[in-house]
Amino acid sequence: MKVIIRNPKRREIEVEGRRQVRDLLRELDLNPESVLVIRDGNMLTRDDTVEAGDTIEILSAISGG
Amino acid sequence: MRCIKCGEKAIMELPRHNSAFCKPDYLEYFETQVERVIRRRRTFNRDDRILIGVSGGKDSLSLWHVLARMGYKTAGLHIHLGIGEYSSLSYEKTLRFSEQHGLTLFTVDLAGKYGMNVTELSRTLRRAPCSGCGLSKRYILNREAYERGFDALATGHNLDDETATLLGNILHWQIGHLARQSPVLPSTGEKLIKRVKPLYTLTERETAAYALLHGIDYILEECPNAWKAKSLLYKDALARIEAESPGAKQRFLTQFLEAAQARLQVGADDYVLRDCVRCGQPTTAELCAFCRMWQQATERAEKRKRYRETASGREMPTLQERF
Ligand code: SF4
Ligand SMILES: [Zn+2]
Ligand SMILES: [Zn+2]
Repeated sequence: MKVIIRNPKRREIEVEGRRQVRDLLRELDLNPESVLVIRDGNMLTRDDTVEAGDTIEILSAISGG
Repeated sequence: MRCIKCGEKAIMELPRHNSAFCKPDYLEYFETQVERVIRRRRTFNRDDRILIGVSGGKDSLSLWHVLARMGYKTAGLHIHLGIGEYSSLSYEKTLRFSEQHGLTLFTVDLAGKYGMNVTELSRTLRRAPCSGCGLSKRYILNREAYERGFDALATGHNLDDETATLLGNILHWQIGHLARQSPVLPSTGEKLIKRVKPLYTLTERETAAYALLHGIDYILEECPNAWKAKSLLYKDALARIEAESPGAKQRFLTQFLEAAQARLQVGADDYVLRDCVRCGQPTTAELCAFCRMWQQATERAEKRKRYRETASGREMPTLQERF
């Protein structure tokens, strides 16, 4: 699946294999309390499953200043 | 995960409340939180005119959106800080939002009105951009709210902002700041407008979700100076604690406000407010902090200009100027 991290710096990564959102976040070293995970415009919860063919967007909710 | 209200598939989980919601129930949760703050903290009334400081970010736009939806009389104030591309984009997002929703927007251009933007101010004063920026924002918001006859000033500060500020104030034992840190700062003088933070019980993740679910187009980019501020470090530390013990941030803040802060109030209120001799805004000194900053900036800019002219041989400083 394609994972797009939108901010603060945009980057795209390819991730293999079906798994839960919470595991995906752990592998990417992202705190689930700081991000929103989106697939096809819908927000996902930590127990949702993502798999091959999905395009996942991760939005950081943290802003500084 | 299922919505705790209706049993539909949840789209947002809130471990700190031990709950999860579907879209409509999440949006209702969000509004209920704001409503509760308005009622319990007596932030403002139905007929009050509320000026909202709007940056174009998720928090201020969500705040404007929710208050307008709830039927409050609002207008936005955007301050153009002049921080490159970031400021132009912030303004664009704010303007588009106000147009889309038919809401009144006022704009103040820092450089246009006062002579320098945040970047120039920081260079001239040789101070971190955030110090001049923060001072300018606080000053301009109050002044515009007062001059335009608003009853309250609302900002989009959320639970993460407030806990990060609290942690920073504690790390530096800023007793004065601690005594005044509050979701509602009542007006203590005719020219000092009441300041309120209706989103202070909601996290950044929650305001981002609200914005996303309502299709609010906000600025995702960060201010290029944000990394210089310590707040990101504090937020990161607090997010780690929160992940291990859900609800920690909220308890940190509410227990401070409800139990600890009252013990700090002694002596915090006995300063006398008077009008700044230059601009008339409330201050405890003769010249307010904002005017002092600009006086210094102007002096330095002039000195530098004179130096440059001398160096290019156009003009020599007089003896008096040299010594
Ligand atoms: S990060 Fe600093 S300079 Fe940037 S907007 Fe915030 S206070 Fe101003
Ligand atoms: Zn529901
Ligand atoms: Zn002044």
